[in-house]
Amino acid sequence: MKAGDPQRQQGAGWLFVTPAILVLGLFLILPIFMALWVSLSDWSGRGSPFTSETSFVGLDNYSALLAEPGLARQDLMISFRNTFYYVIGVVPLQTVLALSLAVLLNNKFLKGRTFFRTAFYFPSVVSSVAISLLFLFLFAGGGAINKVLAWFGVNGPNWFQDSRGLIHIIGDRVGLWSISDPPSWMTDPSVLGLSFWQWFAGPSVALSAIMMQVVWTTAGTFMLMFLASLQDLPTEVEEAAMVDGANKWQRFMNVTVPHLRPTILLVVTLGFIGTWQVFDQMYVMTQGGPAKTTLTPAYLSYQAAFTNFQWGQGAAIAFILFALIFVLTTLQRWLLRDKDAAAQAKAERRQRREARRRPPGGGAVAEQSQRKAQTT
Amino acid sequence: MKHRTRRLSTLVAFGLTSTLAIAACGGGEGFDDEGSGDGAAATDGGGEPGSLVMLIASSGDAETDAVEEATAAWAEESGNEVEVRVASDMGQELAQGFAGGNPPDIFYLDAAQVAEQANAGNLYEYEAEENDDFFPALQEAFTYDGTQWCAPKDFSTLALQINTAKWEEAGLTDDDIPTTYEELATVAETLTEGDTTGLVISPGIDRAGAFVVGHGGWWLNEEGTEPTGASQEVLDGLSYVQDNMAEGHFAYAGDVDAGWGGEAFGTERAAMTIEGNWIRGAMSNDYPDVDYTVAELPEGPAGPGTLLFTQCWGIADASSNQEAAVELVNHLTTPEQQLEFAEAFGVMPSRQAATDDYTESFPDDEPFIAGGDYGRGPINAPGMGQVVADLNSQLEGIANANLQQVMESFDSNAQAVLEQ
Repeated sequence: MKAGDPQRQQGAGWLFVTPAILVLGLFLILPIFMALWVSLSDWSGRGSPFTSETSFVGLDNYSALLAEPGLARQDLMISFRNTFYYVIGVVPLQTVLALSLAVLLNNKFLKGRTFFRTAFYFPSVVSSVAISLLFLFLFAGGGAINKVLAWFGVNGPNWFQDSRGLIHIIGDRVGLWSISDPPSWMTDPSVLGLSFWQWFAGPSVALSAIMMQVVWTTAGTFMLMFLASLQDLPTEVEEAAMVDGANKWQRFMNVTVPHLRPTILLVVTLGFIGTWQVFDQMYVMTQGGPAKTTLTPAYLSYQAAFTNFQWGQGAAIAFILFALIFVLTTLQRWLLRDKDAAAQAKAERRQRREARRRPPGGGAVAEQSQRKAQTT
Repeated sequence: MKHRTRRLSTLVAFGLTSTLAIAACGGGEGFDDEGSGDGAAATDGGGEPGSLVMLIASSGDAETDAVEEATAAWAEESGNEVEVRVASDMGQELAQGFAGGNPPDIFYLDAAQVAEQANAGNLYEYEAEENDDFFPALQEAFTYDGTQWCAPKDFSTLALQINTAKWEEAGLTDDDIPTTYEELATVAETLTEGDTTGLVISPGIDRAGAFVVGHGGWWLNEEGTEPTGASQEVLDGLSYVQDNMAEGHFAYAGDVDAGWGGEAFGTERAAMTIEGNWIRGAMSNDYPDVDYTVAELPEGPAGPGTLLFTQCWGIADASSNQEAAVELVNHLTTPEQQLEFAEAFGVMPSRQAATDDYTESFPDDEPFIAGGDYGRGPINAPGMGQVVADLNSQLEGIANANLQQVMESFDSNAQAVLEQ
């Protein structure tokens, strides 16, 4: 019996991973399957969902949310609309802000670098609930933000009470329509229970305030990722670019950004997933209001289960959200893929395919080489 | 050498996993012990001493201390044990208890939740001693499906708060305190000046609903089986609010940079507001310099109307100690105990027997407690949460809303839920 016996090695391997499998299985895999079952059942929230009192209802919960006109579908669509605006606002802003901060702080001649790094990272360490409460005060009708705006003669809105959409407001300002009397070509056609007017509302003022808060809090974390990646950038490359006469902006666009490509992809992907799942801020600050403009799928799922006792629908919303994030993240990865590398891989594949598809030519080459071998 | 390290790592791994396994087993056993302990206490329940868990949503230390003191006194006397837990999110913690099969034995339950919980089979039906002494409106608020499910704990009603300085500034006297909706509109108009709006209310049916009641309407029919949102009475009540907003002497709190009616009233952007007796705490803590008086809500065309908000002592169907829990509720709802709670954290007693003593100690609260005679509890039908939330969100835009359309959509949403 040797210690290097592959049989025994395998046993030890399993032994090593058992704790991880147990923990993941118990706290991750099992709950996921339980939730999947709940989403297909009419569980009332009483006792275990696996008793005979709970019955299988097929896709009823999903169809109420996606197919049948009614409140369930309307609310889900509103939450998708809100989160869509939220994502396209937050993800680009937080990525650009994090990148700019990282580049600034990567400057070796900057004084007090450590202080600024800590300061910018600080919001990410503080609990999001604490920050949310702070922002509630800052953005209150008579709060600090509005006081500052008043110095510049701007009459700030009552942020968290204001349900007007930004696109509505802009349209109203430029005279495209009036918010109090929306045109019928916007209000009449409706898709999935919401009128065009509702779909194209844009983020409400309340949601915009939340977006600002989130950008501010998360930029620090992503800045750290960019910083780590920037430290890997060899100085020689930068110096070589300098010798070639590239100015600061050119060096940033043609040296730094390409080097950061994988990190940008990571940050954008994490940002996407995180923003679609946004929950804390809504739970603490607005509870989905004003006029449902800060309702998000994650909060709606919580509300469906814990305040409306529609456990099946709550679980179903969670799975719909999962599917949506999965599809969108895949799409986003495909859009942001490294096009040179992809093109290269494609060319290689084509070459291989062509090599296989040409047996006569290939045969001739093989024959030749064979003959060569014989002659030698 | 190489072999030896490999053997060592195998051993370490084995050691680690077995430690983990043992630790896990140990935890499990401890858990089981606790479980069987509870079971033992449960079986000898009834008249025998047992242990109860109470879940409360506390407004602050004053309330927590008062409830703890009262339950401790009962526990001492009866030989039971009571553990008072303060929930940070009542709905969620209750739901977790019900789902896990070990809910708290006794808990605060809002009137708006009774139908939902009773329907799901989570509630144990009981009656406290002298049930008829509770305000009839409160008994009604906890009645679902012909059964009163629990004993009212306390209640609050809406009344009209008037800023004294603004009132006198506008040349109004005590005789001008409005008693009808027309008079309310008139004084609101008189009081509206510059930055100040006559009457500012929080949005949603929990305020506008008072005017619906005053017009003789309600969101559902008496049995709670059919929506009646598009009825003339309801539309009249809502149009009253809408019309006055259009004229500018009513406004929502959000329109005057406030989060709720009390804040607008405190910052003096509102000359009047409609809130419950909880506004007293907010005013004395945040705006101690604002002088105000409280009056009953004016009468509508169909008589007096206000809304009442109330909670009861719910007892879980899954509780193994229901008898003791009912005894505890009896202790907590005696007039004496209710008056103690009133002193401690400003709630109004749900028993009529305590009313006189209460108004003697808190003469200013008379308009609030008067509402107990004619107030109306919240919508009391299962599954209405989402429907009501939708109505509230639509009423946030009441100024520009097509009320007929809003109420028709409420009716169709409610119909879909009530049919189930």
